Amino acid sequence: MKVNFVLNQESVSVDVEHSSRLLDILRDLHQTSVKEGCGEGECGSCSVLLNGKLVNSCLIAIATVEGCHVTTLEGYRNTERFEAIKRGFEVSGGVQCGFCTPGFVLAAEAILSENPDPTIAEIRKGIEGNLCRCTGYQMIIDSILSAKDIGKGLW
Amino acid sequence: MNKISESIKRYDFEDKISGKAIYTPDVHPEGMIYAKTLRSKVPRAKILSIQTPTLPEGYFIVDHNDIPEKNVIPVVFDDQPIFATDEVNYIGEPILLVCGSEKSVILEIMDKIIIEYQPIKPIVSIEEAQSCRAPFIFKEQPHFVHYEYQKGNFDECVKRAKRVISDEFRTGYQEQAYLETQSMIGDYDGHTVCVRGSMQCPYYIVESLKVALGWDDTRIRVIQMPTGGAFGGKEEYPSIPGVHVALAAIKSKRPVQLVYERQEDIQCSTKRHPTIIRINSYLDESDDIIARDIEVKSDGGAYAGLSSVVLQRMIFSVAGCYNVENLMIKGTAFATNNVVAGAFRGFGGPQAFYAIEMHMENIANQLKTDPIRLRKKYFVKQGDTSSTQGVFHDLIVLDRITDEVTAMSDFFEKRSRFKSEKQKGIGCSVFFHGCGFTGAGEPDLIKPSIRLKKDKSEVEIFISSTEIGQGALTTMRKIVATTLDIPINHVHHNYPDSRDCPDSGPTVASRTVLIVGRLLQDCAVEMKKRWDEESFEITQNYIYPSHLSWDNQIFKGNAYPDYSWGANVVEVEIDETTYEIDVKGIWAVYDIGTPIDSKIVQGQIEGGIVQGLGYAMMEVLESKDGKLSQDTFTTYIIPSSLDIPPIFSKLVENPSSIGPFGARGLGELPLVGVAPALASAVQQAIGTKISKIPITPEDILRGAQL
Repeated sequence: MKVNFVLNQESVSVDVEHSSRLLDILRDLHQTSVKEGCGEGECGSCSVLLNGKLVNSCLIAIATVEGCHVTTLEGYRNTERFEAIKRGFEVSGGVQCGFCTPGFVLAAEAILSENPDPTIAEIRKGIEGNLCRCTGYQMIIDSILSAKDIGKGLW
Repeated sequence: MNKISESIKRYDFEDKISGKAIYTPDVHPEGMIYAKTLRSKVPRAKILSIQTPTLPEGYFIVDHNDIPEKNVIPVVFDDQPIFATDEVNYIGEPILLVCGSEKSVILEIMDKIIIEYQPIKPIVSIEEAQSCRAPFIFKEQPHFVHYEYQKGNFDECVKRAKRVISDEFRTGYQEQAYLETQSMIGDYDGHTVCVRGSMQCPYYIVESLKVALGWDDTRIRVIQMPTGGAFGGKEEYPSIPGVHVALAAIKSKRPVQLVYERQEDIQCSTKRHPTIIRINSYLDESDDIIARDIEVKSDGGAYAGLSSVVLQRMIFSVAGCYNVENLMIKGTAFATNNVVAGAFRGFGGPQAFYAIEMHMENIANQLKTDPIRLRKKYFVKQGDTSSTQGVFHDLIVLDRITDEVTAMSDFFEKRSRFKSEKQKGIGCSVFFHGCGFTGAGEPDLIKPSIRLKKDKSEVEIFISSTEIGQGALTTMRKIVATTLDIPINHVHHNYPDSRDCPDSGPTVASRTVLIVGRLLQDCAVEMKKRWDEESFEITQNYIYPSHLSWDNQIFKGNAYPDYSWGANVVEVEIDETTYEIDVKGIWAVYDIGTPIDSKIVQGQIEGGIVQGLGYAMMEVLESKDGKLSQDTFTTYIIPSSLDIPPIFSKLVENPSSIGPFGARGLGELPLVGVAPALASAVQQAIGTKISKIPITPEDILRGAQL
């Protein structure tokens, strides 16, 4: 089937099996920041923003994406908000092996766009669906707190 | 703070934060095809026949017939085949690859392959292995290795003893759960085979390819790609998918990608060894511990892998940080038809320290003495000898470490208060991690070598050490730039490529900063003397420090080149209704010598602690009849952001005499001590002994006197 959606502000049209996973379609469209970690919606490595909401793209059938806005890090990294999040992760040491990082960056955007001044508890809740095996999470939480201050006024 | 400890921006940061870092599954060279592994579904059987369907054009199978030289993955013993031939020994053992351009077609082909097995009764536990008879899995014996060593006059002391305190502990499997599964790409240009992938140890794969292909180094190239976590799980295991893609690439003359699915990865890759550890402590009339005998049994799974070396670290760690002069220590790594156990951050240390530290806790309770005071009485000091009679040459500051951690956590006040507050508990642990290869492994087995090249104002590092998230691309540059006293942006360092990088050893054993970093420092010192020369390079080989010695036949001498030290306190409260453990806080103090980058160090500490927390109370992984009961991220539960307690860590600075700028090893240490501190806290909270990890609510329900 043909599916039309907006990827990082640009219209795209794909002709694929209706049950194809959004994850695979995005990777075929060279969005390699979208990683497969588990394929069952547990790890969040394949996180993307679907109409601004954080989703696991491995659980999204492409047919349901018709007409939607999809944001991956390939698009998001060109924004001013990304620069603030990047700086936050730099000063607070939120990156180690980097495989989960794109998912956490988009999770941070989802948290801050919902609430520009989240508490630590809200950040923990907001990244609950993203697994990281390297950091132990605290430095990622600190990174999002730093990003919130650095990017004050952007969200 | 030493200048080198000041944190700088990681060199891998920009690529990773922006999603531009290219991991193995992201690479699609022209003409690339896919491979998928067909695996044994039974724990032990003879393969009677394999029926394959007619393959569509462009699709092919790779199996043991495609191996030009030797069907062996060389680790310690050459017992593990690259592909099974006429028998299988564990569920998940690779039998063949199906390769081609469409993943869906590959799966259809795999569905049509019929393997006829003749089952053999599997051996599925340590207990079964102990009493099993022929046919054995490994040679003509039930185990891969059995070791024994003694210190002092054990038999004499046992006769003198007035009291024996005994414990038996059990530890479970743990899965590394790196976020990127095992991933490899093979290429063949008609002369050279090139394997790129997710790995810790490029030269392990080089060696495996040499054995399998019978080719010399000039035709073999291995390159590390950015690697999405490893934790030991990409030490020896990647040699299997590495050789697989090489064979497929040679057969098809096309690039071949092999990326494991998560369930496949958990089912068939290596795990932390389950153990049973028994400790008897012999006390004299003044309740002094005068001797100990300890027996460690581990489940090595179906092939020997690194089980021998892991067992060595277990039995060299299991006497703990204590100077008990008379010891009898035994260890056995059993062969079973379970998944192969192997390297995992801590490498035997977490099991050993869980056991000895719980035993110390239990002795303190039995003697009605404070657990810290009891430990302090026996702490090893500079000049003492280890359990293997190696002299501890460096200053040991365990008193300072424990004083700091007890003060930070308010340990004594809480320990006393929780005696009357139900469901609350606090526990402690004191531990070390031997840094560098076991015994004289560095000079005898690894023989690490590094290369440093100067071209005008630029310097390039050539080492085989990998960046696996632990910061090697940053810390190695810092060591070289600081030694040369040049701006760090003039120092270059890339992911290792065996074509350019000498074998500086695997990225394991908390040895990268300590051993490879020191070699780089020595090399940079030489380079600095010749700085006026425009372009030159220096190769440096490891020299075993003259104050160390090791006899591998009788396990006597310095079991490790250096040690790092630590203490943990964990506070818990048990939920009265659900029996869940609520961890209120973890406090941690370490002596890692001089930290090379404070933020990287903090990341290693917190990440290691949270893995230790998972090991202690969350990550249940059980084998039933050779099949793992938890094999997805839905059933195998690792900590999420909602599971982490407040963590407070601190370093005491006590520079190493051999590490660069006084640094010791760090990567593994923070995982090692969490489980016993947590389990001791749970014991105080529920008032009964629990002698297994992970501790589940069900265990607490069974043991609780709430």
